[in-house]
Amino acid sequence: MTLLEDLQHITEEEEEKDSKFKYHINICVAAGCLSSQSDVIKKTLQDEVNKCGLAEVCKVKGVGCMGPCSGGPVVALAESGVLYEHVKVEDCAEIVKSLEGKPVERLVQSTDTPFFKRQVKIVLENCGKIDPESITDYIAAGGYRALTHALAEMTPVEVVEEVKKSGLRGRGGAGYPTGLKWSTVAKAQSSGRKFVVCNADEGDPGAFMDRSVLESDPHRVLEGMAIAGYAVAADMGYVYVRAEYPLAIKRLKTAIKQAEQQGVLGNDICGTNFSFHVEIRLGAGAFVCGEETALLASIEGNRGQPRPRPPFPAIKGLWDRPTLINNVETFGNIAPIIRNGGEWFAGIGTEKSKGTKVFALAGKVQNTGLIEVPMGVTLREIVFDIGGGIPDGRSYKAVQTGGPSGGCIPAEHLDLPVDYESLARVGSIMGSGGMIVMDDTSNMVDVAKFFMEFCMTESCGKCVPCRVGTAQMYDLLTKMTEKRATPRDLALLEELCEVVKNTSLCGLGQTAPNPVLSTLEYFRHEYYEAITGGIPAGPAVEAVS
Amino acid sequence: MSVKTLVIDGKDVSGNDNQTVMEVARENGIRIPALCHLDGLTPVGACRMCVIEVKGLNKLLPACVTRIEEGMEVSTNSDRLQRYRRTILELLFSERNHICSVCVSNGHCDLQGLAARHGVTHVSVPYRYPSCPVDATHSRFILDHNRCILCTRCVRVCDEVEGAHTWDVMGRGIEARVITDLNQQWGTSGSCTSCSKCVHVCPTGALSEKGKSVAEMAKHREFLPYLKQMREDHR
Amino acid sequence: MKARVATVWLDGCSGCHMSFLDMDERLVELAEKADIVYGPLADTKEFPENVDVTLVEGAVSSEEDLHKILIIRKNSRIVVSLGDCAVTSNVPSMRNSVGTDAILFRAYRENATHALQIPDKVIPKLLPRAVPVHEVVKVDVFIPGCPPSADTIFEAVMGLLTGQKADLASLTRFGA
Repeated sequence: MTLLEDLQHITEEEEEKDSKFKYHINICVAAGCLSSQSDVIKKTLQDEVNKCGLAEVCKVKGVGCMGPCSGGPVVALAESGVLYEHVKVEDCAEIVKSLEGKPVERLVQSTDTPFFKRQVKIVLENCGKIDPESITDYIAAGGYRALTHALAEMTPVEVVEEVKKSGLRGRGGAGYPTGLKWSTVAKAQSSGRKFVVCNADEGDPGAFMDRSVLESDPHRVLEGMAIAGYAVAADMGYVYVRAEYPLAIKRLKTAIKQAEQQGVLGNDICGTNFSFHVEIRLGAGAFVCGEETALLASIEGNRGQPRPRPPFPAIKGLWDRPTLINNVETFGNIAPIIRNGGEWFAGIGTEKSKGTKVFALAGKVQNTGLIEVPMGVTLREIVFDIGGGIPDGRSYKAVQTGGPSGGCIPAEHLDLPVDYESLARVGSIMGSGGMIVMDDTSNMVDVAKFFMEFCMTESCGKCVPCRVGTAQMYDLLTKMTEKRATPRDLALLEELCEVVKNTSLCGLGQTAPNPVLSTLEYFRHEYYEAITGGIPAGPAVEAVS
Repeated sequence: MSVKTLVIDGKDVSGNDNQTVMEVARENGIRIPALCHLDGLTPVGACRMCVIEVKGLNKLLPACVTRIEEGMEVSTNSDRLQRYRRTILELLFSERNHICSVCVSNGHCDLQGLAARHGVTHVSVPYRYPSCPVDATHSRFILDHNRCILCTRCVRVCDEVEGAHTWDVMGRGIEARVITDLNQQWGTSGSCTSCSKCVHVCPTGALSEKGKSVAEMAKHREFLPYLKQMREDHR
Repeated sequence: MKARVATVWLDGCSGCHMSFLDMDERLVELAEKADIVYGPLADTKEFPENVDVTLVEGAVSSEEDLHKILIIRKNSRIVVSLGDCAVTSNVPSMRNSVGTDAILFRAYRENATHALQIPDKVIPKLLPRAVPVHEVVKVDVFIPGCPPSADTIFEAVMGLLTGQKADLASLTRFGA
């Protein structure tokens, strides 16, 4: 039996098993809902099902993130499409008893809302549907077909071409064309091995996209990595995931083991001579290890600090071998692209930014959670339609994208389409997908100080401007928030922003001034208010001399 | 190996394609300042003093690790670069406690010398005055963290040339420190061979010989290119 | 009309003033262009008004220093930081990372053999940190050096009096 037939067989078996069940109760067991005891609720639901003698017809399944994280624990009835939020242990009996009749009204969350309707799910297509700890569930949902298809029907060059055609760009933040990166690694000469690395060192404050994908659908990432390995002729892959994500690590480990047993990872995959192994490497909590050269140094067992590029990892990466590094979400897009074709993917999104983007919507917004939207939707749609607007009758002030490397976008740019170029034009970046909404109670100097403190403590200390510059800028911002600053301090802050941005070694330092620069651009008056003596006459620099 | 031609500060120059901009510039009498770079050690591009402008590129590049390319147009000393370098020097002075007047390396210090060359007559960012220890446990040498600029020359010379790897860096960001062995007193280090290479490559008064008073710690680095050449010839 | 020049001695060792005196016969040349209206070398109690150039030696270390420097800035057209203590806070700053209380305790209790008490009368109270002059008030000219040479001081002061700005970076440096 070929692997493809194998997968087909598993799918049929799974479907047959499943068809015996009249009801499927899905409960989110990703970290968000788990933190409000969704595991206990899952067990209670199962007990209730057993108690009611429904074990034969009703399946209780732990699934990944369904998105509305602020409503956790979240339970979904697959057949009727009913969604329950804030489910408590004492609700379980009622939920099971009402399976036949009308749903439990007080728990129901309507899915006929923009939060659900406006989303387009590609990366998250399986999240909230399949059991993240079951490879058969993934296979039954069409999993590993893209890999088997690529291996059986496509040459590595064709795989790269398909990714190029899709227009996919790196979802880690910088937006480098994925296909171009793949072809560089594929063409790179190497006397020895090549490597594929998945960057799962998600560290932006407020960001949890990669964690959710790994916790909800780990096989998707492994499949993407294996396809990448085939495309660039690498036989070894590493997932670099931060140790603060124990559940993601556990599920990844399970997934790798299952995939090896299934023969979709390991030696001679699909009966071809293509072999691909995946190992996990844990990050010890250094934000800078999300920077690719620092990440590679860390995998090699060295101090996690960046080195100047070029040479780029695509030419000289892990142990000086050509290495392909993409982030979790980028790999999560690969299987659908191979399955449906690059053109299908390129049909979604804008001219220069294709496909969808996953965002972790957080802060002062009604619906916080994990969302996936097509590139090109406006910030207004995200914040006010999907996000449901600002709670407690407050008004919108800014949305922060791109974490400590990004900027704060004010109301005047709410109609901006979300794509790489537009966000950059207004002084922010796409980033990895953290999106923090702020209302009018936020002081922007405080916000800038928060991010500067983050950059200061996360600087590796290798290059002078980042190491000392971020500390100096933090001190200046502290002086401002404590109303001890002078006009000279503001001038100094702006000067340091310029030097740190232009002279730092890696992305961390080069972008560390962004939160200050963007708040200075849109909320300059708040800085003036933070200066003793009020608003300086004329430009700040002149006020000093 | 092929020859490449380029323009540095308006001057037509050429070099081998494995040479860096810094090397080719120096061969042609153009001095690009540096603190972490030292001939004979692997360049790390950390101090950022050597950043240069390359026509057509938005980003500044560190000359110590940037390979020359055909047709490159390099500017090493624009007003903007001079301003950035002054700020970088000022940041270094503000970071630890550099008291030149009472330093063993007064008059022999790369940081002090570069400040003078770049017209740094005062430090405009506030001094941080951190509390930094002095390790005088070694029988012959002293480590004074007050003067350390984290250039990692000591780390590299010990690892790459002496082969002892006594030195390393611990901590992150502004808290980073050079350490001996597993962050223990230098005098108790089992790996240190007391070769003094680290002391002599150190650009400031952070590493010095015992018995040296103010302004007496002249450094001798001639051994490094010589040792490197010997090794290459041997190979 | 002659320029009104003042010299001030804050937290320093007076070495800069010694260097000033080392100008020797050039002091005569200087006196043709300026009157010394205040300083350790002049017998005036109050810092006068309308001073053209004030040379400040020493870091701002005590409450008295702080009080003085604010008046100096108010009454001077050009404030010059003379020497490393004024420019960088130099040796006085070596107490900063230790802490004022700890350093006073070490000097007046721990290492003292008699009259074990930290002085709190007559002597001005120390600030938490000794800082360079320009961290407190705007400074117009910086003359680093410990001390700056007589030549440097002469060039710098004559430059200010004649309007021909001296290239101080080429004349002196930190620790010179």
